[in-house]
Amino acid sequence: MIEVRYFAWLRERIGERAEQVDTTAATVADLVDELAARSEGHALAFADLKSLRVALDQQMAGFDAPLAGVREVAFFPPMTGG
Amino acid sequence: MRLSVQEAPFDLGAESVAFAGSVAGAGAVVTFTGIVRGDGGLTAMEIEHYPGMTERAIRAIAEEAVARWHLTDALVIHRHGRLAVGEPIMMVATAAPHRGDAFAAAEFLMDYLKSRAPFWKKEIGPTGEAWVAAKDEDEAALKRW
Repeated sequence: MIEVRYFAWLRERIGERAEQVDTTAATVADLVDELAARSEGHALAFADLKSLRVALDQQMAGFDAPLAGVREVAFFPPMTGG
Repeated sequence: MRLSVQEAPFDLGAESVAFAGSVAGAGAVVTFTGIVRGDGGLTAMEIEHYPGMTERAIRAIAEEAVARWHLTDALVIHRHGRLAVGEPIMMVATAAPHRGDAFAAAEFLMDYLKSRAPFWKKEIGPTGEAWVAAKDEDEAALKRW
């Protein structure tokens, strides 16, 4: 089981802050394919990966990163702090 | 080094005085405060963050600043939740033996907090709500470091 978390407009499109996902996806990109098939909101949220960022166990990562051993995956738009 | 991610308001004067009073060995203190701007009739800002990751990201950024500019101390306060126009969103303070290092490190902290700390801003105004999009120039600003 992986905890998948969503922030900002991604959270709003999907309608959930977090989901428990039972997956055998090898990489983040594989997981995205699985998630995008869950609902229209998911498909819309993941329509343009260039507008998304991902963190694995709270460290920034790429979409080609492996998921082995990862407990928490977070998806969000580029950060706008400050 | 004090780093705080908080919903509550902070007292800019008290924080500045406390920081400046605690930095033995420094000859310069620089402080920066970010305020919610009222552009285009904006009435409030909603700031979301990623608890846990936010603190970790800010610590990594601040530790890099301390190492690169030999700061004697650094302070970062960043708020989340709903903030009205005119309210302070965040502040950074740096202390160093000389002002050049303190100014540079404060700018570095600001540039990195904008693009590398997991905060997202939503503007609330007369026409509704809209997430603030990241700007290319914010990303470009990181290249100078």
